[in-house]
Amino acid sequence: MSLLAVQDLDAGYGDLQVLDGVDMDVGDEEYVAIVGPNGAGKSTVMKSVFGLTDQMGGEIIFDGEDISDLDPNEIITRGLNYVPQSQNVFAGLTVRENLEMGAYILDELPTERLDEIYDRFPILRERKGQKAGTLSGGQRQMLAMGRALMLDPDLLLLDEPSAGLAPDLVDETLDRIDTINDDGTAVLIVEQNAKEALRRCDRGYVLVQGQNRHEDTGQALLTDQQVREDFLGG
Amino acid sequence: MVEQSQDHWLGSRLQTDPLTAGFVVIGVLFFLDLLRRLATGTVRPDTVATFLWSGIVFGMAIGLAGIGLAMTYSILQFANFAHGDLITAGAFAGWSSTFVIVGFGNIAMEILLLVGQPARISSQLGISVTTAPLAIVVGFIVSVLFAAGLAVGLDRVVFRPMRDQSGISLLIASVGVALALRHLIQFIYQPSTPSVVHDPEVPRQAIPVGSGSFTIDAHQVTLVVVALGLMIGVHLLLQYTKLGTAMRAMADNEDLAKITGISTERVVLYTWLIGGGLTGAAGYLLALEQGFLDLTLGWDILLVIFAGVILGGIGSIYGAIVGGLTIGIVSQLSIVWLPSEFTTVAAFVIMIAVLLVRPNGIFGGVTSV
Amino acid sequence: MSDGDAQADDTTPGGDTEQSVRDRIWAVASASDIRLIAVTLLAIYAIFLFLGIVGGLDANGLYSSLERVTFFAAVYALVVLALNLQWGYAGLFNIGIAGFMAIGLYSMHILTVQIGLAYPIGALGAVLITSLFGALVALPALRLRADYLAIVTLAFAEIVRSILGSQRFAEFTFAGFDIGFGGATGPDGTLPDPVKFFLYKHPYSLRPEPNAFGEFYFGLFDLFIIDDSTAEGILYALFLSLFVGLYYFLLVRTGNSPFGRVLKAIREDETVAKALGKDTRKFKITAFALGSALMGLAAILWYTKRGGVTPTNFEPEVTFFVFVALIIGGAGSNTGSVIGGIVFGALLFRGPVFIERIINQRLEAEADPTTIFDAFGGIDPFIVYTTDNLSALRVVLLGVVLVILIQRRPEGLLGKRKEIASSIDLEDRTGGEN
Repeated sequence: MSLLAVQDLDAGYGDLQVLDGVDMDVGDEEYVAIVGPNGAGKSTVMKSVFGLTDQMGGEIIFDGEDISDLDPNEIITRGLNYVPQSQNVFAGLTVRENLEMGAYILDELPTERLDEIYDRFPILRERKGQKAGTLSGGQRQMLAMGRALMLDPDLLLLDEPSAGLAPDLVDETLDRIDTINDDGTAVLIVEQNAKEALRRCDRGYVLVQGQNRHEDTGQALLTDQQVREDFLGG
Repeated sequence: MVEQSQDHWLGSRLQTDPLTAGFVVIGVLFFLDLLRRLATGTVRPDTVATFLWSGIVFGMAIGLAGIGLAMTYSILQFANFAHGDLITAGAFAGWSSTFVIVGFGNIAMEILLLVGQPARISSQLGISVTTAPLAIVVGFIVSVLFAAGLAVGLDRVVFRPMRDQSGISLLIASVGVALALRHLIQFIYQPSTPSVVHDPEVPRQAIPVGSGSFTIDAHQVTLVVVALGLMIGVHLLLQYTKLGTAMRAMADNEDLAKITGISTERVVLYTWLIGGGLTGAAGYLLALEQGFLDLTLGWDILLVIFAGVILGGIGSIYGAIVGGLTIGIVSQLSIVWLPSEFTTVAAFVIMIAVLLVRPNGIFGGVTSV
Repeated sequence: MSDGDAQADDTTPGGDTEQSVRDRIWAVASASDIRLIAVTLLAIYAIFLFLGIVGGLDANGLYSSLERVTFFAAVYALVVLALNLQWGYAGLFNIGIAGFMAIGLYSMHILTVQIGLAYPIGALGAVLITSLFGALVALPALRLRADYLAIVTLAFAEIVRSILGSQRFAEFTFAGFDIGFGGATGPDGTLPDPVKFFLYKHPYSLRPEPNAFGEFYFGLFDLFIIDDSTAEGILYALFLSLFVGLYYFLLVRTGNSPFGRVLKAIREDETVAKALGKDTRKFKITAFALGSALMGLAAILWYTKRGGVTPTNFEPEVTFFVFVALIIGGAGSNTGSVIGGIVFGALLFRGPVFIERIINQRLEAEADPTTIFDAFGGIDPFIVYTTDNLSALRVVLLGVVLVILIQRRPEGLLGKRKEIASSIDLEDRTGGEN
């Protein structure tokens, strides 16, 4: 049984429907990428899973339970966490406070987990007293991921983690995500940098105009003639 | 909003922002003129000391009352025009309690509950911090609790159903609350300005300055000390508790706060509880200091509180404290140059100037919340 | 519900036939709007007449209460129409209405009573002065967010009130004239009542003698057992109603002019309006200045009946009352503004006073309850206490009405009547305000 199963999902904002019958699965410890042209609804899939859109039909099953009607603060207790694309750190809070907020729903701060995250991202330990607003783009991205990892989720949703980063930082960031996945957290990623994402992931979905267009292993999608013509530019 | 870090804000501000520099220059010019007047003897040092002290007292009250306004501004994102009348409501409730405790058994309960209406009984009760400290402590606590409860109640009935509406809709609703609340208090207490303390009982101390002196009284000192204590308490709460961090997080980025799992409604509840409680405290202390209650106690200073909050940068709690203190001192010191009836005009002019040239406030951006 | 203003909008300027079709549509549609206003007013008259008869008022009392109702309905309609131009059309959130009204009225007092100009010239001058202040406030304030603009305008009005009420400016010399604001009690001298000029030979002599029209007019009202002062009030109410008609006509015309379209476009999406090459600042300043001028004139028409001028007439509550009235009618619609002004002025503002008068006439409690605890001694004391304090309860009611309206019917009692700028409603696209 898959960890996350999105079935026949219709969703959007108010009267505007963005997703039309989207199906998507993420297995335990799997690394899945969603690629597609701008406006295809990639981010909307993630927001819908997290209950931030208006769901108009279909089901979102996580770990065997329908989470469609849950609020974000209930969803995160089930082992799911989410890093939005922009404004994903509390700029006025220190690095440490940002991480503490990641574990807000716990009664006590999991200090061991905090140490693990500092070990994973040593720069955050160095800057722990500094306001998040003063970090560089790459450091902010690390902090955002660190915050989302505080509850040790089974599945992490990452919305364009490389957006706006300098080219050398893109690879570094994607490498870190590989490591997170290697350590046992399933990853669902939306990535503008499609070729790179498909190269790294286990499986990928190509989303076009709010609908599933292709689904296969990352490698297969990369070599698929149709996908290349439609989307990857030959 | 991404804000500048704390370390180098002033230096970089002055270099990059000619408007702030302009404000500083004007401030310095006024200060130099004050020194000149002191040197030439057109203004006596004890007069300046009197203005300065009354400015500090007033400013502490404005700063204390401003915390609640800044909290609702940053967390619920609207200008709450009912804030002034929350001050009044808290003050009336607290002083009713103080009167009941002091006069219990000697004077009819209903007269005590109405703070001496219709008869004036403050001289008979002889209340001051030294003659009735316990009653004043209890009244103070009642003010805090009442205003906090009222704030939460108003949120439930008025503001919570409007969470997804614009700041202007909330502002208009708060005007409705302000009108209703003030006149409900008037309906119960009748329009009048009952004395609450017995002036001869208030301990005073003259402090010599130059050839003259200025007077401080025990109620002014009480106001300043209690306000300072509460401000430090708010600081500790915001910086060193999980709730405080969550409040700052929500003020910073509400959407992210939701995703992170922060229960935003719980934060809102505490915002009203704490903001409302401080507001009640400010109301009780203001009445203690000025010696009487007034139906427009809070409404009359609402715009001055806004002036302080805006000066400090809307939504910044530390800004509200510093801004309130500044506005208090400046408005009292303005008597050196302006007729005394224009003290609030001076405060409003500063506020308008700040809004026009630096809508983030002079101290804005030091830290959010 | 059809809205004349909206329908007229949809037609494009074209040839003569199109023009006449457009005129016909306008005439028909606005006839239904005028009918709506008339029905509202008649319904309110009926309510007051019924209560007055049940309450045992005599004929003169009935007429006089209708006259008062009309007066307040009309003055509020005037100010609400002016606010609608600023807020409903241009989206400028001005809560300094009282300040502009005060500037208009004090200017009028100085120009007529203190300097000695004739009523119409003084009124024109006062309106010009008010519009200058409007432009002065609008000029820098327009860059501000709506809530900051609100605070700035309220602070402006409070500064105006402080200065007008200050001892410092009670008397001063300006450009060779000895003038003054008169301090806390206002300037000496009664403002001229324009209606008196129509009725009396020497309106301000000790015992004014009616002129020929006055003789006829008062004679006419004598037939209906109406005394002279009530008759005079009725003429004043008619005079005000004429101005409501003028304001309405002017604002509907303005709304349908190219200028009005740009204003509505700015309200709906300023970025788009800017992108279309419109200098939105200029339009907003003009709308704000015009609205302020109309507020000043409304204040003049309001207080020349009363004669006296004091700064306490211009406390911020006046502003909030006008907002309640506009929100009742629905911001953005001129017809709604008039109806909001009528419903507010007559029912919410005047209604409680009227009921107090009737109850006091019917009910005599043994001892006047002076505190709320006395009031709970029985039914009668409670009613007397409540009616004695009705002026307070009235404002409580207004506050509650404002909260309920903004929660449940922010578009006004009449529903959505905002005249739209384009033939397609852009509001669905823009969604909620941020």
